[in-house]
Amino acid sequence: MNTMLHLINKSPFEKNSLDSCLRIAQSGSSVLLLEDGVYAAVANAEHAAKVAARVGDLSVYVLGPDVAARGLSDTPLIADITVVDYEGFVDLVAEHDANQSWL
Amino acid sequence: MEEFEEAGPEIVKRFMYVNRRAPYGTIYAHECLEVILIAAAFDQDVSVVFLDDGVYELKKGQDTSEIGMKNFSKTYGALDDYDVEKVYVEKESLEARGLTADDLVIPVEIVAADKLGDIMAQQDIVLGS
Amino acid sequence: MAYECNGATVEADEEGYIIDISAWNPELAVLIAESENIEMGDDAWEVVNFLRSYYEEYQIAPAVRVLTKAIKKKLGADKGNSKYLYELFPYGPAKQACKIAGLPKPTGCI
Repeated sequence: MNTMLHLINKSPFEKNSLDSCLRIAQSGSSVLLLEDGVYAAVANAEHAAKVAARVGDLSVYVLGPDVAARGLSDTPLIADITVVDYEGFVDLVAEHDANQSWL
Repeated sequence: MEEFEEAGPEIVKRFMYVNRRAPYGTIYAHECLEVILIAAAFDQDVSVVFLDDGVYELKKGQDTSEIGMKNFSKTYGALDDYDVEKVYVEKESLEARGLTADDLVIPVEIVAADKLGDIMAQQDIVLGS
Repeated sequence: MAYECNGATVEADEEGYIIDISAWNPELAVLIAESENIEMGDDAWEVVNFLRSYYEEYQIAPAVRVLTKAIKKKLGADKGNSKYLYELFPYGPAKQACKIAGLPKPTGCI
């Protein structure tokens, strides 16, 4: 079976990309939150519980530069979400067999 | 526009700008801010609303150095200089995002949805983004 | 168009506003001012420096009305008025001073 990297770049408040991804993504696959998708990583926001429920089962990453741009560097993120930089982003793409962008 | 500075009194309309988008993923938030600043030159009665993801436009601590975009959250601080004094943020939108007034770059009036609806209904022109 | 300053070429748009605001330096300011027939005395520098710090803080070049009000607040009414500012920058204090300060055209200036 191929290893999947799921990319979410839309705000969970505005689009159903996060919900659809969490519904479809299989255990063991990875999710990278980037651009407006990083809002899904905030610990005390509305969508936190459903993301937290899949962390562990999924490897969840968030793109640091997008976190910083949105003023969330000092905001608590959901536990065990890994912050990556652009190099980490490239590594993730390279490590997985395929990726799906939930536009 | 400089020659319009001494223009006489005209009919003042109530303009409301409704910001509903997060700042950098799309261009809506920045464009709306530019429109507000340009329109402010016309001495209308302007109010600005932030709701839904629009409240993220005002989040403190934005640092865009790594994404190659201008940090326009600093520009909201100039709204007062542009005589835009009525700035409303919807309470429900803030709470859904785990934010409080202390998280915002400028002082705002936090209003509940029903009150915001009342204020919106008093406007002559409402522009959304 | 472009300015030649200390052996470097600084690109500008067709109205003379430099493209890359980080390319600005005081020598360039004097050069731009010369092309606008403005002599950079202390009073002109005060306005140009004010604009640069305004841009640093708010990321915009203010419209003339806003500039006048902001200068009044910071430097007093004898400087924060149209007459004083137009004497320093006859073709528009916001437009000309912004150009000299290496900033974009003022926001709210149509």
